[in-house]
Parts: sequence; C-alpha cells; structure tokens
Amino acid sequence: MNEILRYILEYKEAIFIIILSIFLGIEVISHVPSVLHTPLMSGANAIHGVVIIGAIIVMGHADNPVAMILGFIAVVLGTLNVVGGFVVTDRMLEMFKKKKKQQ
Amino acid sequence: MKTIQTLTKTFEFSPYISILEISYILASVLFILGLKKLSHPDTARNGNLWAAAGMGLAILFTILFHKIKMDDGSYHGIHNIGWIVAALVIGTVTGWLAAKKVKMTAMPQMVSLFNGMGGACAALISMMEFPRMQEHLAGAGATTMLNGEALAILLGLMIGGVSFAGSMIAFGKLDERIGDIRNPLLRYVNLTFLVVLLAFVVFVMFKAPVAGENWMIYLLAGLALIYGVTFVMPIGGADMPVVISLLNSFTGVAAAMGGFLYNNQAMLTGGILVGSSGTILTILMCKAMNRSLLNVIVGAFGGSAGGSAQEGEKTVKEISLSDAAVLLSYSQKVLVVPGYGLAVAQAQHLCHELENLLASKGVELKYGIHPVAGRMPGHMNVLLAEADVAYEKLQEMEDANNEMTNTDVVIVVGANDVVNPAAEEDPSSPIYGMPVIKVWEAKSTIIMKRSMAKGYAAIENNLFFMPKSRMLFGDAKATLQKLVAEIKNL
Repeated sequence: MNEILRYILEYKEAIFIIILSIFLGIEVISHVPSVLHTPLMSGANAIHGVVIIGAIIVMGHADNPVAMILGFIAVVLGTLNVVGGFVVTDRMLEMFKKKKKQQ
Repeated sequence: MKTIQTLTKTFEFSPYISILEISYILASVLFILGLKKLSHPDTARNGNLWAAAGMGLAILFTILFHKIKMDDGSYHGIHNIGWIVAALVIGTVTGWLAAKKVKMTAMPQMVSLFNGMGGACAALISMMEFPRMQEHLAGAGATTMLNGEALAILLGLMIGGVSFAGSMIAFGKLDERIGDIRNPLLRYVNLTFLVVLLAFVVFVMFKAPVAGENWMIYLLAGLALIYGVTFVMPIGGADMPVVISLLNSFTGVAAAMGGFLYNNQAMLTGGILVGSSGTILTILMCKAMNRSLLNVIVGAFGGSAGGSAQEGEKTVKEISLSDAAVLLSYSQKVLVVPGYGLAVAQAQHLCHELENLLASKGVELKYGIHPVAGRMPGHMNVLLAEADVAYEKLQEMEDANNEMTNTDVVIVVGANDVVNPAAEEDPSSPIYGMPVIKVWEAKSTIIMKRSMAKGYAAIENNLFFMPKSRMLFGDAKATLQKLVAEIKNL
C-alpha cells in the first residue's frame, strides 16, 4: 500500500494532467456534427504525432549505431505522421471552405 | 551555428530550465484550441492550422532547448542534430507529397497509414529506452522493474505495436488488398492473445533487471505486432473507419506513455487528448450505425446472415436509359443517394452536371447523405464538395426521409447497405436498427449498380426487388454520362 501511495505521489503531476486531459478531450468534441467526423479523426491523428518529440529526444542521445538507425527511422515515421496528418486534414477541410465562399 | 548557440543560451534560465517548458505549455494550449475549433465547420480549417503550429513550435524548441541529465549530473543538449534534421526533411517531403497526391477517395486509408507511422514511432522509442532503463536499474541494484518508467516503456511498446500492425491491416483492407477472415474461433484466439500479452508485461516488470539482456523487449514487440494483425483481421471492411478511429486513440495513449517517460507535458496532453477524444469519436461513429463498439470489434457483421432470403425466384426490373431520362426530365423533385460506388467511379462531377442539366429543366435535384455513406462518416460530403456541389443541396438523412414521400425519383448511385429496408423490417438482419435512407417511400427509385453483388456488409438488399424499384446496371460514371447525354437529346 505504501508503495502504491509513493508512486502516486511521485507521478502526481502527470496523473493530474492525464485525468484533466481525459475530461477535456471528451468535452471538446462531444458535440461534433457527423460531417466533421472524418476531418476530426484525421486532425487528432496528426496531433498524436507529438510522439515525434520523444523520437527526437532518443535520437538526440543515441550513442551507438543501432540506436542511431532506430532513432532515425523513428523520427522519419513521426514526421510522416505529423506532416501527412495535418496536410491531409487541411485538404479535406479545404473542400468545405471553398463551398462557403461560392455561396 | 555559433550564433544560434549563443542565441539559444539567452533563453536558458538555468542548466535545465529554459523557454522549452513555456513552449510546451503553449503547444498544449494550441492542441486543445485546435481540436475545439476542428469540431465546428466554420473554424475547422483554422483549428487544424493552430494544432499544426503548436506541433511545429514543440518540435523546434525540443531540438534547440531539450536537455537530458547525465549520470554524472551534467546536462547535455540534443546531439546528432544533422541526422535529426535529415530525418525531419525526409519525413516532411514524403508525408507532404503522399498527402497532396492521394485521391480523395483514398483518404481513409491514408489516415490509417499515417496513424500506423505514429504507432511505430512510439514502439521504436520504447525499444530504445528499454535497454537504457534496464542498465540503469541493474546498476542501481534494483530487484524488480516495478516502476512507472518501466510500465510506460512496456505499455508504449505494446500499444504502439498493436496500433501499427492494426493500422497496416486496416490500410490493406480499405485499399482492398486484404480480404476479411471471418472465423468465429478467431475471437477466442484474440482474447487469449490479449491475456498473454498483458501477462507478459507483468512478467517482465517482476523480473530482476539484467544489463544487456533485452530479448523480452523484442518478444513483446513481436507479440504486439501479431496481436495487432489478429485484432483487425476478422473485422469487416465496412467497419474499418471505426477501427481506424479506435487505433487512432490507441496511438494517442502510446504517445502519452512517452510523455510520462520523459516527463514531457506536450506529449502527455497531446497524447491523452487524442486518446480520450478518439475514444468518444469511435463511440459516436458506432452510434451513427446503431451498434455498440463491442459488436464492431467482435465482428458480428456479415457472412452467415441469410435468414431473410426467402426461397423462390426474385426478379428485378431494369429500366432503359431513355426511359430513365424521360422519367427524370418530367419529375419535380429528384434525390440522389450516393454511396462508395460513386466515389470509386469518380462520378461526383457527373452528378453535379446532371444536377445543373435538370435544374435548367426546372427539376430540383438534391443529395441525401447517409452519415456513414462512403468509407468514413462525412466522406461523401467531402467528395461532393470537391465536385462543386453546393452545401444547401446536401440533405442529411432525417431531412431526406421527411421529404421522401414527396420525392418523384430517387437515384441510388453505388450505395447499397444505407438504403436497405432490412434495417427497418427484418429483425434477423445484421444491420437491423441501423438508420437508413427510406428510398422505397419515394414514388419511384432508380438504382445504379455495377452488378447484383452484395454491399460491403455482404447482405441481401430487398430494395432491388420492390415493385417501384428499377435497376440501371453499369459503371456509375459511364451510366451517368450516357444518362446526361440522353437527357440533352430529349
């Protein structure tokens, strides 16, 4: 029991962020119209590309060839996720926007 | 280089506190606002840009300011910057080109592909951090690996691996390179696999750390990949959007694990935000199909359902192009119900042409959009918007259904399951209860179809045999082209 309490204390900031973010995530998108499901999924897909920061950190401290190669791949994949995700989302939303102007 | 280094120095308040923390707070705020804006049609595009700006900020500042504490207590910045920038450039160029070149119809599989990349990235990070952590713990004389860091590494690998493998299978299915394997036994295999996977994570955590002994991490990676494949394999292609959305939230959680590991707030908020909003989005999508998430995952769809097919010859009535042309020209209200067949045939532009042509004859043409028409919710709206169809011409399902009895002709173009009366009439049908567009209530219905093949859910459609239904066989684009020509000749 003491062990568990100690862990909670040790990670309490992270736990706070996690809990608040969960509620925030639910709150932010719970009233989205179904037309936007696809772009929203795609946008969220790009946001989790934030994992690239982890890849940069690992790569930034890689000191052997194996870690270098894996890190390099990780950064490339993460960038694909971020850039591809945002660009695809933008392309989808561009279609909606164009319509609005013509009206 | 030197000037950059001196410049960055001025933003470092102490060896390990710098402007980086502030940039992460800003990035988190931008993610939240971006997501918020993304959920309203008017602000969606801006929202996407805001989130992208947050991401760019976080990446740039991480490269410039991130410090890691070494064992001797000193702080080191990011090394290998040349390689990192090279990887960023390769990823950016490839991702940009892929995203720009992909056809609008292939959008869903593209999202799946990018999602898989993120999952793989998270898994790779864990694979690199595990040996380091183990060496560290062994050096400190720990007897088990029972701590938050190890848990974050192992879960990051597991979830990331499942997400990567699953996304690749989903990609293959949407691209129609991989078929479905519908074996009821597979669900028990899956369940067993999941238990084994979780048990293995617990096992590793209770193991004493031994520096250099890393077979567990490779085994875990392998298991996660296999589970990802067997998890998605039995789920029908029609349910892939839901699966992608679910895997999307998985990757979010995997990214958050990384944030936990590095005590990195941007990764933590970004990841969890996607994890929770992705879960809600998945549930919303299931609701639009009137099914539960469990029902989708266990895969009760398709295959065995033949219960409604009464024996006996059922015949369909065909309609000739000229008859169809006459019928359309002399009606007042026409409704087009587009499905994925329209998207595949790239016939959305011809639909718009037909709409203009009929408008010149005083016929009002609208589009009835089912929420899950196409391969993803909202997919059809995007495709029609691409073909310059005006917003107000697109009717949501409820509005279309309300006006159905006043509609003279409905043209179903490449849609099947979303107009299946079995959803209302046949309790034994797997799609029973799913809201559908009630095209059979219109005065007459023309169904454009390539053949009598079943729809994506692989179930019979009684609509084709109804007295008011007429079939117009052929490729959607070719048929529409001929129809437009025919109407012009009238």
